[in-house]
Amino acid sequence: MGKLTPTPGQTVGPFYGYALPFPKDNELLAPGSAGSIRLQGTVYDGAGEPIPDAILEIWQPDAEGNVVQRTGSLVRDGYTFTGWGRAAVGNSGVFTFTTVNPGPTPPVPGKPAAAPFISVAVFARGLMNRLFTRIYLPENEEALAADPLLSSLDPERRSTLIARRDPDGGLTWDLRLQGANETVFLDFESVEGASQ
Amino acid sequence: MLQDANAGHYQDDELVPAAEPHAGHAPLDAAAETQADLSAEIEAIGDAYARALKDGAAPETQPRLDFAPYRSSILRHPTKSLHHADPETIELYSPAFGHQDVHALESDLTIQHNGEPLGERIIVQGKVLDGDGRPVAGQLVEIWQANAAGRYIHKRDQHPAPLDPNFTGVGRCITGPDGSYRFSTIKPGAYPWKNHLNAWRPAHIHFSLFGTDFTQRIVTQMYFPGDQLFPLDPIYQSIVDQDARDRLVARYDHELTSPEWALGYNWDIVLSGSKRTWTENEAFGDAGDEE
Repeated sequence: MGKLTPTPGQTVGPFYGYALPFPKDNELLAPGSAGSIRLQGTVYDGAGEPIPDAILEIWQPDAEGNVVQRTGSLVRDGYTFTGWGRAAVGNSGVFTFTTVNPGPTPPVPGKPAAAPFISVAVFARGLMNRLFTRIYLPENEEALAADPLLSSLDPERRSTLIARRDPDGGLTWDLRLQGANETVFLDFESVEGASQ
Repeated sequence: MLQDANAGHYQDDELVPAAEPHAGHAPLDAAAETQADLSAEIEAIGDAYARALKDGAAPETQPRLDFAPYRSSILRHPTKSLHHADPETIELYSPAFGHQDVHALESDLTIQHNGEPLGERIIVQGKVLDGDGRPVAGQLVEIWQANAAGRYIHKRDQHPAPLDPNFTGVGRCITGPDGSYRFSTIKPGAYPWKNHLNAWRPAHIHFSLFGTDFTQRIVTQMYFPGDQLFPLDPIYQSIVDQDARDRLVARYDHELTSPEWALGYNWDIVLSGSKRTWTENEAFGDAGDEE
């Protein structure tokens, strides 16, 4: 079967607010439940201003590193961890998720083990197409140093993908769409070496 | 009201009260840029792309992130190249959705309230495929749109077109084993926005799609054939390649049109290729709802 050309993306626009959010969309676990942590951050534009109209999705393995394939993300029962959540930022550009620290996923044969991370898709008014990025946990320096993506980045850019550990055990990770500390965004489609 | 299948979707603070006549009709801003200014910019970018194509550049299949005629994009596009990454374990899977998540009635946007919405009733149907032509089975499709008058139920939309008490404009469904989806809705109206003076969006329906891999996730917009606003719209024109733009335009399908009921539009969506090594079971697709 021949390769088909993908349909183009378009901006999520300004009016997703009555359509994409749903109750407990950002609660992969019930807040305060055993093992739950807060993941929070702010989305900034190229002028360093927080933007009020972005929406983020996270997708991650559970605390043991298993990829979960359970339904129920849209109608949460408060007990089933589905691994996926969605959070629209508030007026001050801040998003919050309740989730778990992802565990390290099994290594791919022939490749070094990857450090645990949360996969992120970003949508915003003014952003023509969704962007992908990752949030790595700050612990385990050795795994971070061996990570194929992180080790391919300059130290300064690499830090945009690593969350800070908060005193309460949560994670803080800010997203910058543009500017000096612009977050590293990922391209999964091109052949290695074709971009950057 | 009790039949409101979408009652849980939207949040109270996003709902606007009944429109006050002309409440949002601000005086025209003399300083605003004109459509002619914007059209000239769009045309210059289009001409440069045509020259590049002629010189052997590869066709562009996605919108440009850096597309200044859409003014809100200026501070919101990355200036560094996207960084190549090989997808890792979690990125090779997508979240599972099923009939616990989505009620069958949520695909009919015309029955969410007590009365019939105003406007031209339409059926929008098609398939979600991956880049190898495989159907994407058992996955979530979400849509949202303006009503027939071009107004969204959203507090930020204050343009003085009427709200329709019988139309919210939000739908969801789970794709069938063959990747198919189907919505019954109302044809949305063109919608004025403030990118520049006299800026109007072509009629469109927002689509949110998942594939089998998280790397296939997209949000896009479906348009209607023959819209006169296409050349004027910075969002549609952010895709500089005509063939690529055409992929966002549904096809009128008389076979799908339902006699004395609704006009039919067909639109297939192709996601990027799956990077996962497929087992036979997965290749046949499952409903994503085995629990």
